[in-house]
Amino acid sequence: MTGVNRAIAGLGLGVAMTTGAVAVPAFAQDETIKVGVLHSLSGTMAISETTLKDTMLFLIDEQNKKGGLLGKQLEAVVVDPASDWPLFAEKARELIEVNGVAAVFGCWTSSSRKSVLPVFEELNSILFYPVQYEGEESQRNVFYTGAAPNQQAIPAVDYLMENAGVERWVLAGTDYVYPQTTNKILEQYLLDHGVAAEDIMINYTPFGHSDWQTIVSDIKAFGSTGKMTAVISTINGDANVPFYKELANQGIKAEDIPVIAFSVGEEELAGFDTTPLVGHLAAWNYFQSVDTPENEAFIAAWQAFMGNPDKVTNDPMEATVIGFNLWVQAVEKAGTTDTDAVLDAIIGLQTPNLTGGMATMLPNHHITKPVLIGEIQADGQFEVVSESDLVPGDAWSDFLPESKLIEADWTAPIACGNYNTETKMCGGSEVAAAQ
Amino acid sequence: MTFIRYFIITLMLLGAALPAHAQLADTELAALVDALAPGSFKDREAAIGNLVASGDQRAVPVLETLLEGELYFDEASGKVVFTSAPSGKGAIADPITGADLPDLAEGGLEKVKVNNNLRRVLRTAIGQMTLLSPIRDMRLSAAQSILRDADPAQLDLLDTALAAEADPAIGRVMDQARAVIMLKSPDASVEDKAAAVPVVQAIGGRDALNTLTAALATAPAEIQPAINQAIEGLARDRAAWDVAQNVWFGISLGSVLLLAAIGLAITFGVMGVINMAHGEMVMLGAYTTFVVQEIIRQNYPGLFDWSLAIALPLAFLVTGLVGVAIERGIIRFLYGRPLETLLATWGLSLIIQQAVQRIFTANIREVGNPSWMSGSFELGGLAITWNRFYIVIFAALVFAALLLVLKYTAIGLHMRAVTQNRRMASAMGIRTPLVDAMTFGLGSGIAGLAGVALSQIGNVSPNLGQGYIIDSFMVVVFGGVGNLWGTFVGALTLGIANKFIEPYAGAVLGKIIILVLIILFIQRRPRGLFALKGRSVEA
Repeated sequence: MTGVNRAIAGLGLGVAMTTGAVAVPAFAQDETIKVGVLHSLSGTMAISETTLKDTMLFLIDEQNKKGGLLGKQLEAVVVDPASDWPLFAEKARELIEVNGVAAVFGCWTSSSRKSVLPVFEELNSILFYPVQYEGEESQRNVFYTGAAPNQQAIPAVDYLMENAGVERWVLAGTDYVYPQTTNKILEQYLLDHGVAAEDIMINYTPFGHSDWQTIVSDIKAFGSTGKMTAVISTINGDANVPFYKELANQGIKAEDIPVIAFSVGEEELAGFDTTPLVGHLAAWNYFQSVDTPENEAFIAAWQAFMGNPDKVTNDPMEATVIGFNLWVQAVEKAGTTDTDAVLDAIIGLQTPNLTGGMATMLPNHHITKPVLIGEIQADGQFEVVSESDLVPGDAWSDFLPESKLIEADWTAPIACGNYNTETKMCGGSEVAAAQ
Repeated sequence: MTFIRYFIITLMLLGAALPAHAQLADTELAALVDALAPGSFKDREAAIGNLVASGDQRAVPVLETLLEGELYFDEASGKVVFTSAPSGKGAIADPITGADLPDLAEGGLEKVKVNNNLRRVLRTAIGQMTLLSPIRDMRLSAAQSILRDADPAQLDLLDTALAAEADPAIGRVMDQARAVIMLKSPDASVEDKAAAVPVVQAIGGRDALNTLTAALATAPAEIQPAINQAIEGLARDRAAWDVAQNVWFGISLGSVLLLAAIGLAITFGVMGVINMAHGEMVMLGAYTTFVVQEIIRQNYPGLFDWSLAIALPLAFLVTGLVGVAIERGIIRFLYGRPLETLLATWGLSLIIQQAVQRIFTANIREVGNPSWMSGSFELGGLAITWNRFYIVIFAALVFAALLLVLKYTAIGLHMRAVTQNRRMASAMGIRTPLVDAMTFGLGSGIAGLAGVALSQIGNVSPNLGQGYIIDSFMVVVFGGVGNLWGTFVGALTLGIANKFIEPYAGAVLGKIIILVLIILFIQRRPRGLFALKGRSVEA
């Protein structure tokens, strides 16, 4: 099926093309700097990724109004990888080799990111990845502006332990690499904090799962033992709507069994009535409701650009903004868009987070972020109930035995994505796993 | 009369059970209420505690407003206020006296924040303060809240309330709450605990089971056999109800499969067209519901509960017409060429998806549940959600209606004639092209009806149909191509089998097991459960 799908999308059978692949070639080739946008505009992930494509067009438009970059105008090259992971690699190659883009902003699922990694390494280009992910990775050509597990999952668990007195945990996720790795880290973290193994329930469901009756009723049973129970949801994409609808209908209230989600933001909540869900939580590094001047200005400009005063903003959008601003600064500092120069220049640069504080690009290619916990409100927005100081992103989790000793540092003299601090050797992941 | 009696009793009890100053001076109460605004959630919890300790009934509406998240305070003065409209809009009033506060402006107001923990504290607080309320519903919900918390510290209050309670229904809840507290409390006497066991057992369900299991550890030796017996009885009941619950889940899943597959049973099963765009017909039906609800929301909000009834015929018409257009425009040129039909309809499905995405964007669209389809009800030990319940009934109705149409109407007769022997039917004067178009339209229209129903349990996005197309083909092939009853039995069998496998194997493995079972089954019986017999099949 995917083979045919790819063939059709690749041939551009008119269908995929209707979404407007390749946009605005307004300037002659040598006068513009090209920026690749690699987000699915069709298929299952289009729901989430289309907004990020629009965000990039918005940012490039804003930058061009300010006079562009290095005296040149920016030009977006938009392609549609159609939620098809291998196609991401093909499209990335096309962006770099055929269109000669200076940097690429894109990908959402970890599967798509893993698919493009070899391409960026081989062709020595730059990818900015704007989504929270499972960690255990740091690549020379990739900048991770979304949250690492220590910037989202771990603080969320801490919040529930300390503020809600949760003793029993359901880890529910979609069956793929991000939830599995995150849950592995969380399970280890919970066990380390004295939670008994029988107080942890782990459940996986396929992509797009729609019949949640059994699972929700299992959660209800699991949570009725008298111990405070919470659900940590790494359920991704469109499976969330039926999940929350079933929660509401089976009468699971946030006061009894709170659900904290890592992949549900304002954009996803726009898909249903949130009145029965008030009090369920989400952990992010950004909420639209955060009251800062930077955020207010961003929302106003974004809604004006989209021509829709109801258009919501969300966390991956903020990560895209931060990534773009850091890249612009790095290019200005280096005075060129040359990959190696930009890679060197960007480490240590700062740009404001929309939620306050400065995002700093760390040597491990992750950034500093505050962690916010929000409760869902009846209007589909989040009310922040907890806000942390800036947390530096940790590429390799300290809670997994196989990655405890691994650090990433792309500055000299280490210049390595998986450096074993004990053996002082690069490629530490394999070494540690072998032990 | 009764009211006055309650009132007097309440007054007496208030004096007896609660601290002496049950009615504070306005300024004192105002100070306590204003203390809700500043500080952290912990400070707010303490402030709620102080309000409860004051015993002043005028604090109850304040706490209830806070629980709803609609309590505001003036940023400049720190004064807590009520607003007449939700979200801090409308006239601003004093929460105690109800007097207007014209000096304060809407813009200066800030919400008093609540979180889950505070909501729990508030529910308990309101429960405590209203357990002696003269209003029946308030007392009932207060008693239920005490039962849920089962905090031994509430025992004295509960006893006073129990002595005064005249309503048997509320009295029963209070008795149950008392029994649960007795089992929980380490100080309760053996007699009290022994008496509590049958009361808790009578509550039934999982909560009672958990209460008893927890109590067993601390119970004195002499009542342990009684508790064990109660636990055994409850566990036996629970196991039986769990099986029933699984069967219900299976029927519910089966009804969804049936709805999704039944249109396909006509286009694929009866006409033999491999229609890959079937899922998109379901999706169009769901979007029709969305458009209808949008129009109703904007123009006639009062009609919202009727939105589905309005959407049903419209969805049938829209998707039916699209189906007729597809048949006339594409499929009629491809009869007898299954591979080309498959490719053409599949391409068509992509075109429809992208078209919908262009019009409605890729975002998930909100389709609301009318009030009569929200929530759940208890049937014995079963918890049945209303939306699933109605979908089961709806699926049965659609199926029955389709059978009747095919069996007793002229168009149904023609359809059957054409599918059984096209040339003979044509020779008898039936206009076979028209019948083909009508049949395909009917199948598509029914897919549209399914879309209306599925919009109530899933999400409405351009990919909606893709999630159901594989399952639909599975049901039709499993049940036996060309046989509606086969589709019916097939859908229910798959639904129930899935729900019995899922608790053991998990959702992911469960789906794989079902697929493997179907493949094995098709190996044994290539024509499915109910194979058509006769010459037309052999041809």
